[in-house]
Amino acid sequence: MMSKRKQQRQLFYLVPYGAWLLLFVIAPLVLLLFQSLTTQDGHFTLANYAIYFGSGTYLLMTFNSVWYAFLITLITLVISYPMAYLLNQLKRKQFWLLLIILPTWINLLLKTYAFIGLLSKSGTVNNFLGLWGIVPQQLLFSNWSFLLVAAYIEIPFMILPIFNSLAEIDPRLAQASRDLGANKWQTLWRVTMPLSMSGVKAGIQAVFIPSLSLFMITRLIGGNRVITLGTAIEEHFLVTQNWRLGSTIGVILIVAMVITMILTRDRGRQSSRKRG
Amino acid sequence: MLGKIKWANIYLWFVFILLYLPIFFLIIYSFNAGDVMQGWSGFSWKHYGELFADTRIIEIVVNTFLIAILSSLLASVIGTAGALYIYNLKQPLAKNVLLSLNNVLLVSPDVIIGASFLILFTVLGFSLGFTSVLLSHIAFSIPIVVLMVLPRLQEMNQSLVASAKDLGANNWQMLSRVVLPVISPGILAGFFMAFTYSLDDFAVTFFVTGNGFSTLSVEVYSRARQGVSLEINALSAMMFIVSLLMVIAYYIISTRAAKNKKRGAQMMLAATEGL
Repeated sequence: MMSKRKQQRQLFYLVPYGAWLLLFVIAPLVLLLFQSLTTQDGHFTLANYAIYFGSGTYLLMTFNSVWYAFLITLITLVISYPMAYLLNQLKRKQFWLLLIILPTWINLLLKTYAFIGLLSKSGTVNNFLGLWGIVPQQLLFSNWSFLLVAAYIEIPFMILPIFNSLAEIDPRLAQASRDLGANKWQTLWRVTMPLSMSGVKAGIQAVFIPSLSLFMITRLIGGNRVITLGTAIEEHFLVTQNWRLGSTIGVILIVAMVITMILTRDRGRQSSRKRG
Repeated sequence: MLGKIKWANIYLWFVFILLYLPIFFLIIYSFNAGDVMQGWSGFSWKHYGELFADTRIIEIVVNTFLIAILSSLLASVIGTAGALYIYNLKQPLAKNVLLSLNNVLLVSPDVIIGASFLILFTVLGFSLGFTSVLLSHIAFSIPIVVLMVLPRLQEMNQSLVASAKDLGANNWQMLSRVVLPVISPGILAGFFMAFTYSLDDFAVTFFVTGNGFSTLSVEVYSRARQGVSLEINALSAMMFIVSLLMVIAYYIISTRAAKNKKRGAQMMLAATEGL
């Protein structure tokens, strides 16, 4: 009797959630894979993958995309780690953290749009450079502007996980390290940094994967000079209408994503989650 | 020692200014009497006038908020059901499989979600427009609701449920009188997250929007490709105020809900998956 009631209850929960799982999680992925593996009339083929791996252009594009995602991740990490560390030492750090988070609630497109104004040929940055007698530069539509804007957008996503992992470290450990004669830098290098690696990994994951798939920034800021995997997918789906090849690149992007996740997987994380 | 602290402060200020400079730049130029984002030609409200006279933009703003409210409401309902289902599962394996499946849409790049949903809608013969955008937004918001509700369930005192059962509560009573009140902060947080995901989304919407329908992000994208128009600055100033209000509301909710301060940060972290 009791278990029947429980079954009913579970069924009631499962119907909407299971429908979502099947229709919007499993089906789209299966369809994407199916598209990449079939011909126009539904026969199995590896031709799309042969095109992809046989073409220097596609491989170079993939390499570039990974390279730029790496650069973006590196830039954000270098800026974010000290920031997270310093934030953690402030009083009322939750308030300051909120100020870091606030920009992420502003629509991505609007932030990108701001940079069009800032970086344009007669824009503010060029005017500012002009004060030092530097002639106006072509800032927009360059690789640098792409890196700058992408890093700008990703910085909060790197600061947050690092901040959280730093906040979790028991302050007594740093005290103990200082008591045992380590100076500030030694404590940072030997104690704090290793203990915050889980946050760094989470941050890398949170920045690297989106950086591979950015497509709007490459258009508006990068002027299509950098083609990321995301740009290539968008182009195949919405411009050239070659869905099969687009799906193939999509599968490649998923594989790249899974590899990233495995590399940045944090083995200690699950146990620490349970504790909290 | 004093010198070091000063350097730290300089760095903190530098990054904060960097983070806010583009946003304030946009907002300040929305009051420019001129028509470009350079060279200040005086203060004026005229771009706000243009904005409110632009029926297309007004319609798009209404659509965007309509999609956001509907999708976050429905995602909250379905996501809560999902969290309850996962919570009630006994086998750890099934639980883990479902949780992994749940997180697929959270970790997938937006381009993949957009492209695969586009294939799905086409295969199903679904026409693109309001409904396809709404369904997509519900779909990508559900997992975050699950993740917000699940910890609340795990913290719930089991004896509450047991005693409700002993006292003869039926399924519905147990859910509405015992479980839902306990987990409501999680549902509310999930709703908020879903709402901001929806407002913020560009990539997925861009794929499944078709020709006739547009949301704010998609509209800004197509206008930005044509060049600068200070009407968009006026719009972003207003969006900034909306975001500010939402952050304040969310902060109040999450600090009131969370007993320890740390959870506030963890919840915020979940907001970061949306890129």
